[in-house]
Amino acid sequence: MGIRVDSSKCSGCGICQKSCPFGAISIEDRKKEHPRFKRIAVISSACTLCGACAEACPFKAISIKKEEKKPTEDLTLYKGVWVIAEMSEGNFHGVTFELLGKGRELAEKRKTYLGCVLLGAGISGKARELISAGADRVIACDDPIFKDFYDTAFVETIAAMIKEHKPEIVLLGATACGRGIASRISGRLKCGLTADCTGLDIDSNGFLVQTRPAFGGNIMAEILSGNTRPQMATVRHKVFKPLAADAEKKGEVIDFPLPGGIELNMSIKDFVKDMTQHVNIADADIIVSGGRGLGSQEGFKAIEALAETLGGAVGASRGAVDAGWIPYSHQVGQTGRTVCPKLYIACGISGAIQHLVGMQSSDVIVAINKDPNASIFQVADYGIVGDLFQVLPALVREIEQSRK
Amino acid sequence: MNFIVCVKQVPGTTDVKINPDTNTLIREGVEAVVNPFDLYAVEEAVSLREKSGGNVTAVSMGPPQAAEALKETIAVGVDEAVLLSDRNFGGSDTLATSYTLARAIKKIGEYDMIFCGYQAIDGDTAQVGPGIAEELGIPCVTYVKKIREIKDGLVTLERMLETGFQVIEVKLPVLITVVKDINTPRLPSLRGKMKARKTEIPVWTAADIACEMDRIGQPGSPTWVRKIFAPPRKTSGRILSGELEHQAKELREELKRLQLI
Amino acid sequence: MDYFLTEEQKEIIEIAALIGKEKIVPVMEECDENERFPTEVYEEFAKADLCGVAIPEAYGGLGFGAFEQVLVIEELCRYDAGIGLALAATGLGTLPILLMGSEEQKKKFLPGIAAGKTITAFGLTEAGAGSDAGAMKTTAVKDGDSYILNGSKCFITNGGDAHLYTVIAKTDPSKGSRGASAFIIEKGTPGFSFGKKEKKLGIRSSSTREIIFSDCRIPKENLIAREGMGFIVALKTLDNSRPGVAAQALGIAQGALDDAAKYSRQRIQFGAPISSIQAVQHLLADMATKTEAARALIYQTAKMIDAGSKNFKKEASMSKLFASDVAMEVTTNAIQVMGGYGYMKDYPTERRFRDAKITQIYEGTNQIQRNEIANALLKEYC
Repeated sequence: MGIRVDSSKCSGCGICQKSCPFGAISIEDRKKEHPRFKRIAVISSACTLCGACAEACPFKAISIKKEEKKPTEDLTLYKGVWVIAEMSEGNFHGVTFELLGKGRELAEKRKTYLGCVLLGAGISGKARELISAGADRVIACDDPIFKDFYDTAFVETIAAMIKEHKPEIVLLGATACGRGIASRISGRLKCGLTADCTGLDIDSNGFLVQTRPAFGGNIMAEILSGNTRPQMATVRHKVFKPLAADAEKKGEVIDFPLPGGIELNMSIKDFVKDMTQHVNIADADIIVSGGRGLGSQEGFKAIEALAETLGGAVGASRGAVDAGWIPYSHQVGQTGRTVCPKLYIACGISGAIQHLVGMQSSDVIVAINKDPNASIFQVADYGIVGDLFQVLPALVREIEQSRK
Repeated sequence: MNFIVCVKQVPGTTDVKINPDTNTLIREGVEAVVNPFDLYAVEEAVSLREKSGGNVTAVSMGPPQAAEALKETIAVGVDEAVLLSDRNFGGSDTLATSYTLARAIKKIGEYDMIFCGYQAIDGDTAQVGPGIAEELGIPCVTYVKKIREIKDGLVTLERMLETGFQVIEVKLPVLITVVKDINTPRLPSLRGKMKARKTEIPVWTAADIACEMDRIGQPGSPTWVRKIFAPPRKTSGRILSGELEHQAKELREELKRLQLI
Repeated sequence: MDYFLTEEQKEIIEIAALIGKEKIVPVMEECDENERFPTEVYEEFAKADLCGVAIPEAYGGLGFGAFEQVLVIEELCRYDAGIGLALAATGLGTLPILLMGSEEQKKKFLPGIAAGKTITAFGLTEAGAGSDAGAMKTTAVKDGDSYILNGSKCFITNGGDAHLYTVIAKTDPSKGSRGASAFIIEKGTPGFSFGKKEKKLGIRSSSTREIIFSDCRIPKENLIAREGMGFIVALKTLDNSRPGVAAQALGIAQGALDDAAKYSRQRIQFGAPISSIQAVQHLLADMATKTEAARALIYQTAKMIDAGSKNFKKEASMSKLFASDVAMEVTTNAIQVMGGYGYMKDYPTERRFRDAKITQIYEGTNQIQRNEIANALLKEYC
């Protein structure tokens, strides 16, 4: 498979087993006799060839041979860094400009152009905004089919554009829409896709290096997909920074005709807005979150008061959502949303690992809990031990007073 | 109606960390569990089968111990399960995994709906569901929070976006990925657990599902992990002290200093 | 201690533990505080197939025995004895039908009980007839194809929430202990009503009510066995249910031991966890030893019953006597180990302490148990 345990060197010590994040190694009795060692490491098909065991083995008994997928075509034909623009209610989603900012940097390193794909209905004036934000070329398709978000229309069109223009890198926002179409496009084109990247760079081979957190942010992985094209990646909102808008920047618009034969395989009957979220937690710079320590649904009033004072969003732990105090759309954590705001204030949240994985990459974390031993204090930059029903109003008072 | 559920066995939430001094991984051993999102997918399929009759089959790709995860699905009402296990599947990325699961689904044959959990908590990519749909050439709706109705070969469902949800009507067969809002997974029953223990889970290899060898495992994976490393370390925080009003003042000043408020 | 449990027995405990953790824990404080019967938790027992553990497969149950029933009750009561009691008391109310009911009665009533749809209760005790059951005054008079019941029973567990009641009433007061009979009465029967719900020290989530018969007419098919067999039905029922009460007490004791042991490791005083103090260690050691001894006694008694033993009266009483006294002692000492915090409602230990007391009283007070044990013992030396 590409990973081998040298049976002459393996002592069965088990260090590799402890180092495997995927639980793919077991230590078993040897089938063939060895003069010194009775057991040996056995690696199962859960192995992802990440190399952690090979590095950890004190006897250098594990070797990995990367049999990389050989390119099936001339990859030098692929040029250009592309960003797929995302629109919502007539405006560009902020992540589009952030990707153009990063895309510019990557394009410069690859000595190629920065392109932006624009799909929409009645969007003729919009290309200029993308050029001002950094795009050298806008590849546009203006058609009523794009008025509502039907992933098939986007997937077919973008795939056709890629086939014709052959960009080497394609970036999308890791939004609900972006992630879905990215998966289908990469499946269609049989190219590599890395989701939720927190870092993008070009290495000495000219490959796109995609860095992303794994295991809820406890480890970081660098991923490559250099033997296929395009190299695709999705990136979350607020990870990268946009460039300053340049109204003088020159750029060209290439019109792309809608591919024929697109069959919409579903129909959108309605869109219902979420009225409980005043500020969307996926976008918020400040999130004030409540957990089981609130005691009841009423407890969220204190959270909402602070959130409003700070202009932030309201988040919740799984405990509060499961207790029925607040809808699932506010849940932060492993089975809810992962957020990385500038400021995360956790109130009455104990800090179970399942919650931490959803917010520990926030810039600044403040924890308020009456239990001084709560795990949340281990990841917090600032902690207040106390009754949150006293602390939160005191904070609100303090902030309002200082504004006067 | 025939339903298929794709299930993954993942490490239970761990303290998987890198020892920053040696740059090697340390995993506080925890047992493997069924990916939490997949439990919601299983529950949805089993509930629908209870309403409309039919069959629910669970599929998983993994090492031999993943059969345990499949037995858990039988304990909550899944009718049959099959494990895809083969050394040649090792090193698969999401594309190779999607292809492999799709081949197995083709072998299973008839299906009206395929259910997947939104994402797995170890990889967090959310790519396999749509990848399977693409391979099978069927529609896919992700982030489904409710199935409203199935009638005359059409399913009406609610699909979550960041700011609300869409009501979508799709023709069967369709693959959907589900989120927690959709239901509350039932606990296993005694009868279910006993049935699960007695059930032999068949194991299919790459040959059994007629895989093209260059589309599975490492050869079939366009992405690969070059390196893993520790994230930048947070310097430890501090607990404020003193009178409450004083602590509130100090916090406010700190947050202002950091230009957060 | 290793009791060499089978795979199935381990699965039974696993399922009970899962239900305990996921369904009992979230509501146990509130049910105790508000004296609320845990209807929705009983539904979870039903879904998990826990209600039919000791009912034969022919009637929709899982066909296990007394031992498995003990395992279920012990595990559920480890989380909360009041909520676990709902299932245990249904076990009690079902025994008259299971042990001495006719085939028709079994076919009619057991499937619903096994499926968890029918909650049952056992009605023996009256205001003037506790330990002195023979002093009961409730009557059942034959009238054509029916019996007419008059009188009332008190302190009935599951009273009001149960759908089915197995009740002992006097059909012939002149015959003394051979003048009583056992009947099955369904909730909703005209003339069958409920009195006030009692406010109790412990097991507050359990419904304890007076049940009242006022010219309550029931079909003669609802007579269990024959007229005059009432006390035999009652005594057989109690003998068979004693391991169940003992299991409840055992669950309480184990839960309290768990609380105290865990707490002792976390609580730092004089610079070290209190678990390092010999005085605390000795308390814990005694608590653990007695709990294990209770467990061994109960398990072995249950196995005797399942092996078909005709004579387990003494052992059943010993199990109930010992386990309930142990529960009282262990919960008292658990609070002692936990000090001030053990006294606070923040921890479940005070609830266990309040719950433990009743196990020394109901289903035959421990004084009655001692009578039973002595009687059975002395017979062996004749």
